[in-house]
Amino acid sequence: MRTFIVWMAGCLVVTLMVPVAMAQGWNMPVGVTDVSREVHSLHMTIFWICVVIGVVVFGVMFYSLFRFRRSRGAESANFHEHTTVEVIWTAIPLLILIGMAVPATATLSKMYDPSDADLDVMITGQQWRWRYEYLGEDVAFTSSLATSREQIRGAEARDENYLLEVDEPLVLPVDRKVRFLLTSDDVIHAWWVPELAVKQDTIPGFVNENWVRINEPGIYRGQCAELCGRDHGFMPVVVHAMEEEEFDAWLVERKEAAAQEAMGVDREWEMDELMERGEGVYGNICASCHQPEGQGSPPAFPALAGNQQLIEDVEWHLDKVINGVSGAAMPAFRNTLNPVEIAAVVTWTRNAWGNDTGELVQPAEVAERLAD
Amino acid sequence: MAPKLPPHHPVEQSTSTAAGGQAAEHPAPPRGLMRWLLTTNHKEIGSLYLIFSLTMFFIGGIFALVVRAELFQPGLQLVNPEFFNQMTTMHGLIMVFGAIMPAFVGLANWMVPLQIGAPDMALPRLNNFSFWLLPVAFTLLLSTLLMPGGGPDFGWTFYAPLSTTYAPPSTTFFILSMHIAGISSILGAINIIATILNLRAPGMRLMDMPLFVWTWLITAFLLIAVMPVLAGVITMMLLDINFGTSFFNAAGGGDPVLFQHLFWFFGHPEVYIMILPAFGIVSAIIPTFSRKPLFGYASMVYATASIAVLSFLVWAHHMFTVGLPLVAELFFMYTTMLIAVPTGVKVFNWISTMFRGSISFEPPMLFSLAFVVQFTIGGFSGLMLAISPADFQYHDTYFVVAHFHYVLVPGALFAILAGVYYWLPKWTGHYPHLKLSQWHFWLSVIGVNLTFFPMHFSGLAGMPRRIPDYALQFADFNLASSLGAFLFGASQLLFVWLVVKCVRGGEKAPARAWEGAEDLEWSVPSPAPLHTFEHPPTFRPDTPH
Repeated sequence: MRTFIVWMAGCLVVTLMVPVAMAQGWNMPVGVTDVSREVHSLHMTIFWICVVIGVVVFGVMFYSLFRFRRSRGAESANFHEHTTVEVIWTAIPLLILIGMAVPATATLSKMYDPSDADLDVMITGQQWRWRYEYLGEDVAFTSSLATSREQIRGAEARDENYLLEVDEPLVLPVDRKVRFLLTSDDVIHAWWVPELAVKQDTIPGFVNENWVRINEPGIYRGQCAELCGRDHGFMPVVVHAMEEEEFDAWLVERKEAAAQEAMGVDREWEMDELMERGEGVYGNICASCHQPEGQGSPPAFPALAGNQQLIEDVEWHLDKVINGVSGAAMPAFRNTLNPVEIAAVVTWTRNAWGNDTGELVQPAEVAERLAD
Repeated sequence: MAPKLPPHHPVEQSTSTAAGGQAAEHPAPPRGLMRWLLTTNHKEIGSLYLIFSLTMFFIGGIFALVVRAELFQPGLQLVNPEFFNQMTTMHGLIMVFGAIMPAFVGLANWMVPLQIGAPDMALPRLNNFSFWLLPVAFTLLLSTLLMPGGGPDFGWTFYAPLSTTYAPPSTTFFILSMHIAGISSILGAINIIATILNLRAPGMRLMDMPLFVWTWLITAFLLIAVMPVLAGVITMMLLDINFGTSFFNAAGGGDPVLFQHLFWFFGHPEVYIMILPAFGIVSAIIPTFSRKPLFGYASMVYATASIAVLSFLVWAHHMFTVGLPLVAELFFMYTTMLIAVPTGVKVFNWISTMFRGSISFEPPMLFSLAFVVQFTIGGFSGLMLAISPADFQYHDTYFVVAHFHYVLVPGALFAILAGVYYWLPKWTGHYPHLKLSQWHFWLSVIGVNLTFFPMHFSGLAGMPRRIPDYALQFADFNLASSLGAFLFGASQLLFVWLVVKCVRGGEKAPARAWEGAEDLEWSVPSPAPLHTFEHPPTFRPDTPH
């Protein structure tokens, strides 16, 4: 009897935890798109179906355990099959499943229709940041974790959006259909924002499609969902959804900034300027593998500080940054960084941490190489 | 239904090993280490498998506790992300290939010959070889942790190109160790099939076999079908890494998604390899302690077979987010949902077996009941995961982690523990200590649910799996999970103590250790002598099917 009471109490606690948890908001978010609402409603439907089946099945089980205990003098019957009952309990689940498959199929067909989009955004996964490119708009940028290393180590207090903060969020308009084209430069990543009910793998060498039409302005946060190496946990996604006019203004502003940057290629740059710019680019792009002090983490990620080949051969150095290393983790940056950024970061690595070559690489030289 | 024994048998079989003319022909076994290295006895090899599995269970468990300790609170405190990834990967590999699978093979080695009235496995030398491959494979696998660049750090699913182009140099050793473990599994499976098909007691038809034997027969066919696929896919990795091929490299005309198709064509049947024998164990224990024949024996066999067939048709439900075409997505959603039907039949049969039984709650029964409830919870979350549009939200989150741990830990592992408690009296001649067993059971149930239940919530709230650090809103769930994991881990030490105690002594068990137990193994004395059934028993099923 005591065992039985403990059992029942245990099961009751587990069952009660569920509604309590849901009341706390520990559930899948409803989200801010029509699709995310449908997904949430599918989730709740199948959840309640499971709860009802569970109550019935476990109810009969615990009734049997209580009612037919040997300690209460229960004598066992000897039946061991019953065709009708067995047919019924094969058929009923089948019907429930068909009932569930119908709405799921409808939602899925909707999710699979990226046609008639107003805006195309290319999303590229890179170890360990996202690159966003507004196709046909000449606007592109990378988006990396903005949470400081001090917060991760616990030396500083952690912000409310700890690990879910980026330097540049993906900006999208509300009420417009945005098509995503997703790919990767290195390993497989998965771009996921729960509030948008979009999770799509980015696969190197292949392009996936997905789409979203956001109903409410706001900031929506997500993370990379596919194990992609060391900093998989430090690769957040932040989407800033704006009203349409606000978005258009933002896009114009970004286009002008891009044009400004392009003009910078032709002029002669000073050492100080390049070093300042290069330090920023290095911290954003390179430091996650080659480490902030250039010490690398061999054997996968070679050291840059004191690297003889790098110090002696500027041609080799430029080639590795622009074209990557085939068969290894070093990606090609020819399409990811602009000539100014490449020139700056190469200049920085050739002069930081005691590399002191004194050499500087002009953006114009890089642009020439890129044109080849 | 389970076979019953003519009542005179226990007496006949409990005579000493010298009774049969053959016994005298056995040469004296070598002593010490050589005895275990060279043994071809199914009981000794069964014990070796079980001890190996328990060792791996603790090693894999320590890795899991490293993971849980790091996730105890937000921030990086104990390990760096590189090592964290090695721990999650090694935990998965060790538990799947080193703990759960060998535990079932060990139980099969011990119990299949006893349950079908065979003197040993059909291929005893092969049996020895397939066991001794395992320590080699796993020593090699564990040694990669000490190599430059560390051990495997790409998850137990080792998706390319993270596991090829971007993998640490030790990956080649990982591939070799998987090959060796795979050969061991294939050889073990061949042996089990040969034993079951050829060595049944005269008069025992296939449909008279205990369900543990049936489920293992089907599992063995699954193993033979899919382990070569695993061998193929890791060989392709080997070629990509060392010989310049491009199977999984788009730049050379390959496709990273091809890796996932091949891996999950192995991986999904693999999941059932780890659960079907569990069904068999529970189907033996529930009738015993309900003192009532198993309800729907035939439908249990058919349900097991249909699950096995369906397991080849659902693999891409692990890949709903890779960008499959719509029709593929729908096909795999429907087939996956269909698996709920035979699985439901099994649960309904177990409950009908209890209905109007005469139920008592010895430790094997406690673990089996917990198995039924918790495996069903894992089944429910599995059904939710099958709904492809909803899976876009669940995929690669802690909801998935909760799901597969519910079917593997309170599912498969609890069934193994139930089986060990059930058969320990047969192996050692003693009952396990009752109070300690009950403590072990309750601490395990509480620990396992405290660990894995909150993971459903952290997953739904948006926590991806395989991350060493997490946003602040997941802190409470992770705290609970970590506490539960340490409780569960610690309570398994109790189990080791209990088994050692049981081997050394305890209440003596008769041949039929459990009142309601009716299969052939209960006709031999407890502890079972080294050689049993040297003369095949005559088997007479009491009811024709």
